[in-house]
Amino acid sequence: MALADKDRIFTNVYGFQPWNLKAAQARGDWDNTRDLLARGQDAIIEEIKASGLRGRGGAGFPTGMKWSFMPKESKDGRPSFLVINADESEPGSCKDREIIRHDPHKLIEGALVAGYAMRARAAYIYIRGEYIREAETLFAAVREAYDAGLLGKNACGSGYDFDVFVHRGAGAYICGEETAMIESLEGKKGQPRLKPPFPAGAGLYGCPTTVNNVESIAVAPTILRRGAAWFSSFGRDNNKGTKLFQISGHVNRPCVVEEEMSIPFSELIEKHCGGIRGGKDNLLAVIPGGSSVPLVPAEQIWDAPMDFDGLRALGSGLGTAAVIVMDKSTDIVRAISRLSYFYKHESCGQCTPCREGTGWMWRVMERLRTGDADLAEIDMLQEVTKQVEGHTICALGDAAAWPIQGLIRHFRPEIERRIAVRAGDVREAAE
Amino acid sequence: MADRHPEPDSPELRARWGNFAWTAENAEKAKEIIARYPAGRQRSAVMPLLDLAQRQVGAEENTQGWLPLPVMEYVAAQLDMPIIRVLEVATFYTMYNIQPVGRFHVQVCGTTPCMLRGSDDIMAACKAKGLKKGHTTPDGLFTLTEVECMGNCASAPMVQINDDNYEDLTAERVTHILDELAAGRQPKTGTQEPGRHTVEPAGALSNLTAMVSENHDYRGEW
Amino acid sequence: MPKLKVDGVELEVPAGATVLQACELAGKEIPRFCYHERLSIAGNCRMCLVEVKPGPPKPQASCALPASEGQEIRTDSEMVKKAREGVMEFLLINHPLDCPICDQGGECDLQDQSVAYGRGASRYHEHKRAVTEKYMGPLIKTIMTRCIHCTRCVRFSEEIAGVDEIGALYRGENMQISTYLEQAAKHELSANVIDLCPVGALTSRPYAFEARPWELKKTLSIDVSDAIGSNIRLDSRGREVLRILPRVNDDVNEEWLSDRGRYMVDGLTRRRLDKPWLRRDGKLVAATWAEAFDAVAKINPGPSVAVIAGDLVDCETMFAARKLAGALGSTLLEGRQTGLAYDCSNLAAVNFNSTLAGIEDADAILIIGSMVRDEAPLLNTRLRKAVKKGAKVFIVGAEWDPTYPATFLGEDIAVANDLPAEVAQVFEAAKKPAVIVGGAGLAKGGREAALALSERFNLVREGWNGFNVVHMAASRMGGLMLGYAQKGGIADLAAAKPKMVISLGADEVDFTKFADSMIVHIGHHGDKAAHAADVILPAAAFSEKDGTYVNTEGRVQYAEAAVFPPGDARQDWTILRAMADALGVSVGFDSFEQLRAAMVAEVPALGSEGLADYGALPAAPAGAKAEGAIAGYPIKDRYLTNAIARASVTLQRCSAELVHGESFAEAAE
Repeated sequence: MALADKDRIFTNVYGFQPWNLKAAQARGDWDNTRDLLARGQDAIIEEIKASGLRGRGGAGFPTGMKWSFMPKESKDGRPSFLVINADESEPGSCKDREIIRHDPHKLIEGALVAGYAMRARAAYIYIRGEYIREAETLFAAVREAYDAGLLGKNACGSGYDFDVFVHRGAGAYICGEETAMIESLEGKKGQPRLKPPFPAGAGLYGCPTTVNNVESIAVAPTILRRGAAWFSSFGRDNNKGTKLFQISGHVNRPCVVEEEMSIPFSELIEKHCGGIRGGKDNLLAVIPGGSSVPLVPAEQIWDAPMDFDGLRALGSGLGTAAVIVMDKSTDIVRAISRLSYFYKHESCGQCTPCREGTGWMWRVMERLRTGDADLAEIDMLQEVTKQVEGHTICALGDAAAWPIQGLIRHFRPEIERRIAVRAGDVREAAE
Repeated sequence: MADRHPEPDSPELRARWGNFAWTAENAEKAKEIIARYPAGRQRSAVMPLLDLAQRQVGAEENTQGWLPLPVMEYVAAQLDMPIIRVLEVATFYTMYNIQPVGRFHVQVCGTTPCMLRGSDDIMAACKAKGLKKGHTTPDGLFTLTEVECMGNCASAPMVQINDDNYEDLTAERVTHILDELAAGRQPKTGTQEPGRHTVEPAGALSNLTAMVSENHDYRGEW
Repeated sequence: MPKLKVDGVELEVPAGATVLQACELAGKEIPRFCYHERLSIAGNCRMCLVEVKPGPPKPQASCALPASEGQEIRTDSEMVKKAREGVMEFLLINHPLDCPICDQGGECDLQDQSVAYGRGASRYHEHKRAVTEKYMGPLIKTIMTRCIHCTRCVRFSEEIAGVDEIGALYRGENMQISTYLEQAAKHELSANVIDLCPVGALTSRPYAFEARPWELKKTLSIDVSDAIGSNIRLDSRGREVLRILPRVNDDVNEEWLSDRGRYMVDGLTRRRLDKPWLRRDGKLVAATWAEAFDAVAKINPGPSVAVIAGDLVDCETMFAARKLAGALGSTLLEGRQTGLAYDCSNLAAVNFNSTLAGIEDADAILIIGSMVRDEAPLLNTRLRKAVKKGAKVFIVGAEWDPTYPATFLGEDIAVANDLPAEVAQVFEAAKKPAVIVGGAGLAKGGREAALALSERFNLVREGWNGFNVVHMAASRMGGLMLGYAQKGGIADLAAAKPKMVISLGADEVDFTKFADSMIVHIGHHGDKAAHAADVILPAAAFSEKDGTYVNTEGRVQYAEAAVFPPGDARQDWTILRAMADALGVSVGFDSFEQLRAAMVAEVPALGSEGLADYGALPAAPAGAKAEGAIAGYPIKDRYLTNAIARASVTLQRCSAELVHGESFAEAAE
């Protein structure tokens, strides 16, 4: 029961057709958006709640509920803002890029619908700086929408005034964290804020703010058009809808594909990716949700449903559904160590455990890669990851710790082997 | 990162960039950028203005562009921002070049998804062409940097050169691209895999086949 | 008033308190590095983690978490112990173990907390990070490898000093604290970051390698570099005061100190008058005390004597001199050395009545002729706070950078006679309006204009007195209480052509006006008055004598002697007592205790610490108008405002580098 093309939301995800407004409208975008808005804010939020949509940025928080946290009226004159997180920087993740460069009007229409539902006066789309051509497309698409009267004063003839602005980042993974993103939007370094206060109370410029992932926003208009029941007909309970999966690494045909939530890993790989490079038996491990989630060994992942709960049951997570596949040729310690380097590179430096811990963990990982370590250092590294995890302002500390914990959990013998081999080499050399 | 520091302040630097000012076109752009943010929140424009300034510097000296200190001071003055806060931003975000770069900034992604698909070979191919990490070639043509995940994982390995991505690389393909650029020609951007369009399953499209030849409207099938 | 439990003990905490404060109220020590009561909450060091229920199953930063009803907080659980050990370990892995050569040693938060909460051994076997030093000017020495990135210095500069000059550059483990282009920290409060730095990253450059904290005797004193009366501590070893640090007093200086007050310390040992001198044939020659008193006796002035008090002297010295002049039959006393002659018949009208802490609550402030940052740096921090709370500030006089938004009304002080409509509107609407008159304003009738404004806008109302004068001399209010004010100011003294002028460290006087007088200088520094003196009697600096000071808000405070005066120098009151003998009169005291008792008998307010009561404001004098232009301010060089400061090598360098822009090549190290 694979997803049919007619049930795919992102029909131009591969960019075979133009992204422009005319082509997007021909595919069904901006189709009487005014009527969607006319349902009223509460009805829109209820529909999204009923659809079971969970945030597509990684944490999986129910989107409708998030919108409902926004104030229904401004008691002190502060406006509300919608911030759309297009700072896609999680290693393995490459879905928002496809939405932005090939189907930008889904995002822009979603911005209006979501912004209207949460009574925001404007949306800022924070797109990562490295998406240069993608940002050019997005700027142009927003311009088109303004020119067609779909945004701005009396957007879509709805009587609602709504602006969409595009803000480019400049190279900092941490800006994908919602409060760091807000700081960055305010012209500062992207250092996460302390919570509370939460953005819904005091976010951008101290105003109520909701930060949503690109995919979460872009699917909203289609959900409203086709109904919550349609969206929730896909996926298991608590894991509803369709989802863009991004498969990279050692498959025969890496790709981005929209599939039903809860699709078994094996089906996803066999159907769209031409299988594992060298066959099923050549599979070593999979990082199923982007670099921040622990890896899952081959035997556990094969039949697992690709959704929030299914992967959590394996001690991992769906994250952004960025599936990094590693076959048996992989230097698994190096693969994880490279991620440790990534987190060291991207730590904002604000709080102690992450600033100091990411560098320490990476340096130990590099020694474990070559076996230049003491056996006891494996446990020490595990302890260090525990000293980082849960002790930081934002989740980057956790994200840096989990891949290493996953490695130690599943590949400890491999690490020990390297240490033993190296120790043997040293003894031989000494003789 | 450890050796990342701004080009030192010097009389020569002041002489060259002390009179930096927007071109007429960029002055308009700067105005438009500042207008994106609420009144009194002009500091929000610091990132786009630094980018604009970097591009103007690049256009002036035919490189990717960078941010000399006097140029940061110019942006700070325009936004009524303490210069130290601008410098914080410029040193925090990696896309601001705080030292001069070459004509082409070759940014090889080395993070795990690219690594699994052979980014070591890409890096080696660059080195074989005389590029060196963290340096600009003596002819001023290429600056090589290893960067973190660029979000092209389904078409890895990849390299970003100035504003364009080159994906699905092999050593031969990246060598060809560097040769073309050196020869003053613009190679094809995006995926380098023959027959592949973007990030679809290459050679065996598993879905949305109707979209290939026409702008198919699926609503009739709902 | 939420009720909660800390380690099982129930207590009620004030609304708005943080969990950290709740723990402190419960008597629990919470280790911290980044948290500071007077700075915004950063929450970045993670040392203050505690366990809080209800909440996520991980430790919470107590400094940033609001205390709320029903919380169960644990500071003693295994989770908390491990969290602290972990954070401590992370802080130490890249911290150099150079405590033996670190000036912070012995008073280092990292050292202390490492002992209390650390795991005691290192598991870190990688290379440690090294960070290049950053030049921050003549006062702040940096050893940035020691920095733990708490950002207290960044927050202080931005929030308290209002000078955005320190930043955290780069990111991750490469984050570095620096000023822009390693320029010197240029504001008047810069050295407070040294106190704030919890480690040895920012230490005192002039004090480098001078002493260990445990070698120092600590004496409570009062800063005399301005009229704020900052509470300070003198750290001395043997005969020398080695450093000056601020003490906490929320009513006065909170816990800050101006750079001038902190660094005039090395002036205390330079250019000192350590023996008597006599002028013979136009030249000063060294003398014995006996010769000096003989010379004084020979002047034999009778009642033709005048006393001029300098800016730094204590009330006891001024009282002793007043007794001596009185015994000789004179009341010619004056302390306003530069010629100011404002009416002092009502001290409430020359006092800072809002109080320093109170001015924070003002919502409309008019400053008439004061460059507050130079004249009273710690008043300016209060004004910043007021502005942050929404106060509107207007300033009459030449423009300067107040560090907060303010509207300048021009140099012509006449604007104070008739405020522009928009300013008047703000004052009419204000709940706590205030006027502050500075020295430049006092010189041009600003006091009288302010009294008129007081009547027009009801500056004095229930629970509020918005009439303020800000002085610059530590001795001013005490001097005024002791009668050191003539109707015509110092000009009255000159006009009287006294046979003898006694200078009490009066180094700002134009002595050419006293060309026919014999000048007896009782002072501690070879400064301006010494050059004009006929007899020099070497006396004690503020650090060498007990004394009473009254600050610009009329606050009586006591300072204690830390060390002995150098050489043959003596405490001032003993000199004046001996002069009485030489001149054959009696002053009625033979000991310091008797002197103080006599002083308190005559001016009771000086007998108790705290704010003196000067009564109600007088009526505004009819028809008095402020007039003239305030084109500049009295202080031309914020670092060299008094004899001690001018003798200070450190402040001379600050003046040269920070005021006059000279550059000092760093010695190649």
